[in-house]
This record gives sequence, structure tokens and C-alpha cells, in this order.
Amino acid sequence: MYKYDTYDQAMVDARVEEFRDQVKRRLEGHLSEDHFKPLRLQNGLYLQLHAYMLRVAIPYGTLSSAQMRVLGDIADKYDRGYGHFTTRQNIQYNWIQLDQTPDLLAELAKVEMHAIQTSGNCIRNISSDQYAGAAADEIVDPRPYAELLRQWSSFHPEFLVLPRKFKIAVIASETDRAAMKLHDIGIRMVRNAAGEIGAAFYVGGGMGRTPMIAPLVRAFVPLDQLITYAEACLRVYNRYGRRDNKYKARIKILVHELGKDEYTRQVEEEFAHLLTQGIEPPLAELERIKAHFTDPAYDTAAPDTLDRSDPDFALWVDRNCAAHKQPGYMIATISLKPVGGIPGDASGEQMRVMADLGLKYSFDELRVTHAQNIVLPHVRKADLYDLWQQLDAAGLATANLDLIGDIIACPGLDYCSLANARSIPVAQKISERFAAKQADLGELKLKISGCINACGHHHAGHIGILGVDKKGTENYQLLLGGCEGDDTSLGQITGPGFSEDGIVDAIDKATDVYLAHKQGDERLLDTYRRIGMAPFKEAIYE
Amino acid sequence: MSDVQFRFRTDDAVADPGVTVDVFGAQTNASAVRLEPGDDARDLLPHLDRIKLIEVNFPSFTDGRGFSSARVLREAGYTGELRAVGELPVDHLGHLRRCGFDSFAPDIPLNPVDAEAALARWEHVYQPAADGRVPIWNLRHG
Repeated sequence: MYKYDTYDQAMVDARVEEFRDQVKRRLEGHLSEDHFKPLRLQNGLYLQLHAYMLRVAIPYGTLSSAQMRVLGDIADKYDRGYGHFTTRQNIQYNWIQLDQTPDLLAELAKVEMHAIQTSGNCIRNISSDQYAGAAADEIVDPRPYAELLRQWSSFHPEFLVLPRKFKIAVIASETDRAAMKLHDIGIRMVRNAAGEIGAAFYVGGGMGRTPMIAPLVRAFVPLDQLITYAEACLRVYNRYGRRDNKYKARIKILVHELGKDEYTRQVEEEFAHLLTQGIEPPLAELERIKAHFTDPAYDTAAPDTLDRSDPDFALWVDRNCAAHKQPGYMIATISLKPVGGIPGDASGEQMRVMADLGLKYSFDELRVTHAQNIVLPHVRKADLYDLWQQLDAAGLATANLDLIGDIIACPGLDYCSLANARSIPVAQKISERFAAKQADLGELKLKISGCINACGHHHAGHIGILGVDKKGTENYQLLLGGCEGDDTSLGQITGPGFSEDGIVDAIDKATDVYLAHKQGDERLLDTYRRIGMAPFKEAIYE
Repeated sequence: MSDVQFRFRTDDAVADPGVTVDVFGAQTNASAVRLEPGDDARDLLPHLDRIKLIEVNFPSFTDGRGFSSARVLREAGYTGELRAVGELPVDHLGHLRRCGFDSFAPDIPLNPVDAEAALARWEHVYQPAADGRVPIWNLRHG
């Protein structure tokens, strides 16, 4: 994985000192809250309902054991013993004190971590495929390109006061595991007819109150023009994105209002101009970065067989492990969704356990997934049983990846100042209600947002739940048919909303409809797409 | 109009205030112009040889269009004074400088010590902009 050189380290250290200075000016009263707010946000610090929340960047979701260990220590030292892994592969702490933040950031900087641009109207942390470098179906590791984009976007002087936040995802597999087309820019690394690697740019996707699937703006950007093309996309947005209404300020609205063709024309014009400006990094830089992402020293003699005699272990392997490109290895996902738990939460102690296991079994590497789980990307099949036993002892061996219990949920009204309704208790009730039934339901992605901002990706859930405020009481709308993968689709609202208990009953009825109509290997999503909304609606509102 | 607090040029400052882009189009002898966030900086490109001062207004520090306006002008070869005016937080100073601004007339004067610290904050930079600084990725590869 990527290691800082002295330049990278100096940038992060300078940022810590800058933020220390900003906090000092705020505490001394030289900086108003109005002026401090965008500064703290660009350092990941939110003021929530009860306390400050700090979001720490995990670039493209990759971290080392030492980094994971420090995240666990920070949970104990600065928070209440927990951290919350997010849908953008970051981690956030919910009980942070402002005056302690500079010291916390200094501790992060010692392990090459930071909170730079994890919030605010700027280019956010770049996300990627959690199986990058290990997936059997990728054409190339997408992370070197994500790292190049990280450097380019860090403190980019022109793009720190954008109309709105800006999220970029980079993938390189046929299977989209990063909801790429639901980003402001989704990049898929591709190979052209001549066999060269390049980037396909999808621009103008997003969730929020106006969900949009990003259209393809350019099918192939050569590697020696990648940054220049990204800069052109951003400049057109910074100049012409709407600033009159924050709810219409994302690039998806600009692309939608201009139309894909006109937006593309403007980008191409800006791109042609920027090509004359020599802003592209040398290709040697990409090669330097790539050298950080070479394959680990695999055991080429690793046995490719698995002892499945323990049925609980076999179930976990079938549910939570994925094919690895290297014979004898598998990709193991640690579910942070125990029955009745808070999705994405891990205790400081659990983080240290995962850090140790990553060091012992996965070449010192871990990943955070956008579904709020943790991945050990390179585990020998022969080690899987030992790994599973140790995970089980730490309460980390829940076998429910991509099942209904593997819920994505935002922090909701328990923490978030934007939320209209709580997400966590609903997730917990669903997790408990379906614990026994979930294996029969198969792959079923359920996602909960506590408000229209859609941090819980409810538009993209096979089942989505949107919490709203209905005359002072929490009310939950049900959506069906969303999907974040290759066949991205947006969920449709079933009808009137439900109470907290009512939504759980409604989902129970929807799953019964699915089981009654299921043909062959169909998932709920497939059945819904085949039979439509009507049978579900009839059962839910009977 | 606010006073110029910082100026990184050695030539004499233009005394005239900048006229609006509309007026500038009609006044063939005007040498100072003021860009608002919604103005297209590229409308000025045919006239750059007669312009000595371009003021870019930031009515609100949350509107960042002026950052792009500055780079567009510098990329087109404009070498006259490029002045940021309006609501200019000290923490934006270094980034504005990188985008090509070489004078600053903030509505509320900035603390000079904070301003100096902001301008000296980054020993290196990751990406090229309008200030000619060599980005880290070039330093790494000679």
C-alpha cells in the first residue's frame, strides 16, 4: 500500500499546524463560528446534536494494521470507546472535543492519516473498490489512480470553495462494488482496443434529494491526460454549478440542466485549453505510485483447498469470503453488522483485534467497504479457519454479508443535526426481526437514511428506508428496487410511510411477497423487477 | 471601496477603480475592470493588452467562482494586476495567491501576522496553478 515520502508527510504535518492555528483563533474569539465552520468542515469536523464529530479519511478505503490500531486507540482516548465506519470508507468519531482535535490530528499524522477534505464544499476523500488488488475480475489495481487523484485534489487552490461537496470513486472491475455511478465523478479504468489502460468518466451522479445515475461523459481518457481531464470537469462545475440554492448545487443538477451533451462539450473545450497548460503530472509519478501497490509476497505453495467440516465456519466462508485472483487465497469480509448492533460501529478493542489479524493473516492490510464492513484482502485459505475462530471470539464473525442484516445506515437523529428521524433503532429492529429468516432471503441490500440527504444510500437499496418528519413524529417511507451495482437503478417509494414498528412489519410483508413469487435464483431485486410494484404494494397496504 | 492591504507587485498601482464588465465593453479607453462572480472572465480575453487592473469581487467568501476567474486570466497570459476584493478570509489568502492574485483589498483588514503565516503555510504544493510553483510530483522526478 501507499507510504508517504517526506513531501506527503510535510503536507499533512503542515495541515495539523494550520488547523491548530485555526482552532486557537476560534477559541480566542478571533474567528467567528460562521467563518470557522467551512474551515473545520474541510478538516472533517462537524458540530452535531450533542458534540463535535470528526471524520477521518481512509483514502480509497485502504489502511495498514498500524493505522487501524491507532484508530482504535483514538476511539478509547478521545471518544467513548467506539468508531463508526462510513459509507465513503472513512471512520467518524461522535464525541470529540474541539480543543483536543489538533492533538488528535497530530497522532493521526504520525501514522500517515488525516481528516483533510472529509467534509465541506471541496473534493472529498477518493473512494474505490474494497477488493482492489485482490479481485479476480479486475483489469488493473484502481488505487494508484485514486492516489494520484488524492494528491491532485488535496488543497487544490481552485477547488476549495466549490458550489457543493464533490465525491469521486475509481474502480477497475467489471463488477461495481463502489456505487461508482452514484458519485459526482465515477471513473472506471478500462482497456481500449489497442490494449492501453485509460479512464472512462461518468459525471453527475449522486443521491441526496435528487438521485441521478451518472452518464458516461468520455469513454477513454489516456493516462497521460487523466488529471487534466478531471481538472476540466471540475472547472466547468466551479464556474457554472448553481450557487443560488444549496439543494441544486451538486454537479448532477448542472449536468442535468445543461444536458449531458452540452456539459461534455464545455468540458472538452476546457480540456483542450488545459492541455496547453502543462498541468499533467509526469507518467513517472504514476509509475512511482504503482510500485506501492504491487502484489504482496504470496505463498505460491498455499493449498487451494478448504476444510469445511465445521458447518458454522463453512457458512461464514460461503457468506463472507470472495474469490481472490491468487490461487490458495480468499478475500475475507468482517461484518460490522452483528444481530441488533449498530451498523458500521466497532469498539476500540475490536479495531485492535482487526489490526492484529490484518497483520497476521493479510499482509498488514485492511480495507473499509462502502457497506460499512472491514475486509482482509489477502488471506490464505489454510489460515481462514484460524482467522474465523479469532473473529468469532471478538464478536466479529457474523455471517451475513449482503444479506438483509448487512444494513447500511446513517447515524440518523441519534447524532446528526440534519436528520429528521432515527436510523439506528430501525436498523437494530430489522436486524433482530430477520436474523432467523435472512438466509432464506438471499442477497438483499437494505439501506436506511434518516433524512433526504441520503447518507444511508436508501435510493440504492433493494429495500430502502427514508426517515422523514411528519408533523413532529418520525415516519419511515419504504422504497423498493434500488441497486448500486452495474445495473444501477433508483428505488421507488411504495406509498404512504410507516411508524418505526410499522416499517419493520411492512418489510416482513414485502419479503413474503418475494418468497411467494421467487423463480429460480432470483433475488428480491430481480423478482421486483419482473413482477413490478403492484403485488408488493397490495400486500404491504392490505 | 476597500484599501489594498497586500500587494505583491513593484509597478505603480492603477488609481482608477475598475468599471463593470458591461461598461468596460463600451469604454475603449478603460484600463481597469471589475469582475463579479457571475461574469465570464473569458469575455475579457480579447482586451487583455489594454488592461492594467482586474478586480475580482468576492461578495461572499462562500462563492469560489473568482478562483477560477483568476486562473483563466493568468492562463490566457494576463500579467497585469489581479486584485481580490470583498470578503476575503485570511485562510483563503494562500490559495488565492496560488490562483494568480497579486493584490488583496479585503473588506475587513486582515491580521498581518495571520496573513504572513497563511502565505508561508505550505512549503510545497501538490499541483500546479497560476503561481509558477513546481508541484511535488515534478520535484520527485527532477
